[in-house]
Formats: sequence, structure tokens, C-alpha cells
Amino acid sequence: MFVTNAFAQDSTAAQQGGGEAVHTTTEAGHGGAEVFPPFDPTHFPSQLLWLAITFGLFYLFLKRAALPRIGNILEVRRDRIAQDLDQAARMKDEADAAVAAYEQELAEARRKANTIGQDARDKAKAAAEAERRKVEDKLNGDLAAAEERIASIKRTAMKDVDQIASDTASAIIQQLLGTRVDGKDVAAAVKSSAR
Amino acid sequence: MTPDKTDPIHQFHLVEWIPIHIGGMNFSFTNSSAFMVITVVLSAGFLYLTTSRRGLVPGRLQSISEMLYEFIASMLREATGPHGQKFFPFVFAIFVFVLVANLVGLFPYFFTVTSHLIVTVALALLVFVLVLVVGIAKHGFGFFKLFVPSGVPLALMPLVVAIEIISFLTRPVSHSVRLFANMLAGHITLKVFAGFVVSLSSFGALGVAGAILPLGMTVALTALELLVAFLQAYVFVMLACMYINDALHPGGH
Repeated sequence: MFVTNAFAQDSTAAQQGGGEAVHTTTEAGHGGAEVFPPFDPTHFPSQLLWLAITFGLFYLFLKRAALPRIGNILEVRRDRIAQDLDQAARMKDEADAAVAAYEQELAEARRKANTIGQDARDKAKAAAEAERRKVEDKLNGDLAAAEERIASIKRTAMKDVDQIASDTASAIIQQLLGTRVDGKDVAAAVKSSAR
Repeated sequence: MTPDKTDPIHQFHLVEWIPIHIGGMNFSFTNSSAFMVITVVLSAGFLYLTTSRRGLVPGRLQSISEMLYEFIASMLREATGPHGQKFFPFVFAIFVFVLVANLVGLFPYFFTVTSHLIVTVALALLVFVLVLVVGIAKHGFGFFKLFVPSGVPLALMPLVVAIEIISFLTRPVSHSVRLFANMLAGHITLKVFAGFVVSLSSFGALGVAGAILPLGMTVALTALELLVAFLQAYVFVMLACMYINDALHPGGH
């Protein structure tokens, strides 16, 4: 209602200045204060000009300074995050590789330890065997020597027995026959009888 | 001055602070001009100062600037695709200008720049002319495919084309009046209820008690207007993005 009122008298009241009941207290310097202010064309040029100036400067400022800066901040952050993620992935790979290497080394060490143990066991066994054989050999040697000595003693003893027998026999013959008998004959006789 | 205090239209009056008259035209620096300057200085100052530290980890204020940036950037990207990015500063400027002008206007005694039709018409025409110029520069005659939707029977074509042309030409009207009318109506309503508080409280104790109701209404309306201030800026820019998309992809209905 108000709007149409204002429009209706737009043409006339604009020049006269102050005809409406509501706006009896017209502000000084205002030609068209009776017109509904947003539709008052007297200030259109002013508003357009100042809008152009302020909005134009604002646009230029945003385009040149503010928006590139914010865009740059966001881009730097995005790059940084991507870089950090890459680095994290790379580090994880490295850690995985290290774990794998460690596992492998551990298995190898275990295997090596096994072989070392086995070797030591084998060596010890061989050494013990060698020792045993040496001792056995020595014992065998001693036994053989002892046997040899026994045999030689027996042989000499046997030889002495012959001597004693022939001596005894010759002594007996001398006693019995009163003659001396050749030792060689006695010995041969003893030998043949001993057989 | 007393009738003016409670007159809901009083807040829309322009006051010439520095009269400038050139060639019979009035270019005076008015309260509207002052609030345009305030709007721009506030917005530019905020955007510039909050991002001056260039923090890798943003503070609260820097986050607001960044959120604004990403909000408009994603809106433009969704509406126009990757080709629309060169209109980003323009769209961003319109959004921030309208939003801050709306918000500044909510303070008591402050002037609302966007409550004047000529301002919203100028912004809407700026978008309209930009769409026309970019559309014709980019697609030449092909831009007028915009008025010929695909898949329409040939018999209906003249009617549909006529409707499309009319709807295209009325865009700046609906675009500007939507913002203007919302701001105007909201501020008048606010002022009317606030005026009730003043008039009622002059009737003594009973009047003061009765004034509680419109006072609560004023508080609620202020909250609503806060929402409207943001929503209308959003709608204005959303439509601008869609119109720019028409200029870039006229065949893509």
C-alpha cells in the first residue's frame, strides 16, 4: 500500500517536496524524501557510482592479493599433507623391509648356530674316537710286547731246561757209568727224548 | 525527529554526507556509500589480516577465511566444472560483499546496502551481462542453443523457445528482487516489532509488561534475519554460479 502510494505520487512529489502526511518532517536537502527510499531515483547515480568504486576495488583486491594468498596457503598445506603421507608410506616400507631382513638374519643365524653345534658335536665325537683308538692301539701294542716277552722268557726258559736236562743227564751218566760222556751226545739224546 | 524514530521506513533513507553533484546527477557520498566502504574494508581487512601468518595449521580466524574460500570454490566447481574457476574471484567477491553487507545491516542504526533495489539490480545485471558476454564470446551463435532445449517436439518448439527466452530475460529481475525484498521485508518487520516495544512502553507499567512480547519477537526475528542474511547471500551466489554455467555450457541442459 505504502509502495503504491509512493509510486503514485512519485512524479509530482519529487519536485514539490513535502506533500505527504506521513513525511511532513522532510529532511533538509532531500528532494524526494516522500518517495519510498529504495525506489527513489535521485540517489541511483550515487549508489551505482559508489557500488562500482567499492565493489570494483574489492574485486581487484581479492583477485590480486587475498585469494591468491589463501589459495597458496591451501595448496601448500595439501602438498605438505601429501608429502607427509608419502613419507609415512615410505617409512612403513622401510620398516617392513627391516623387519623382513631381521627375520631372515635371525633364521640364518639360527641355522648357522645349528651347524656350529653339529660341527662341534661331530668334532668332539671324532676326537673321542681318535683318542679311544690311540689308547686301544697302545694297549694292543703293550699286550703284544708283553706276549712277546712272555714268549721269549718261555723260550729261554725252555733253552735252559734243555741245558739243565743235558747237564743233569750227563751228571747222572757220570755217576752211573763213571765215565765222562761227551756233552754233545747227551744234548742230542736229551733232545730226542724230549720230543 | 520523533515520528522518524518508530517509522519502519526511516532506516532506508539516504543521507548525503558529502554532497557531490556532477552534470545534474547526484553522486553524493551517502550513508549507503559509507556502508559500502565499511563492508569492503571489513571483508578485505578480515580476509587479509587473518591469513597474514600463512599458518600451516590455521587458527580460528584463518580457518574462517579458508572455509569461505573452499565453500565458494566447491560451489563454483560443482555448478560449472573445472572451466568456471576463472570466475572464482568474481563469485567470491559477490558472495562476501552481499553476505557482509547483509550482516552489517543487522546492527541497530546501521544501514543495509542490499536493501536498496538499485544495488541488487546492479549486481544481478553484472552477472547477467557477464553471462551474455562470456557466452557469446565463447560459443558465438551457439550460445543461443540455451533457448532450445533438446528432446522437445517440433510443434512445441516455438512456445518452449519463447518461454526460455522470457525466463532468461527475467533472470536479473528475480535475481535482484529476491535479495532486495528479503532484506527490505526483514528489516521492516524487525523495525515494526521494535517500534511496538517503544510505543507500548510509553503507556506506563502495563505497557512495559505488554512490550515483553514484541521484544521477544524482535529477538527471534534477529536470529531469523541472521539466517536470512546468510541464506540470501548463498542463494544469490548459487544462482550466479548456475547462470555462469549456462554461459560456459549452453547446450548442457
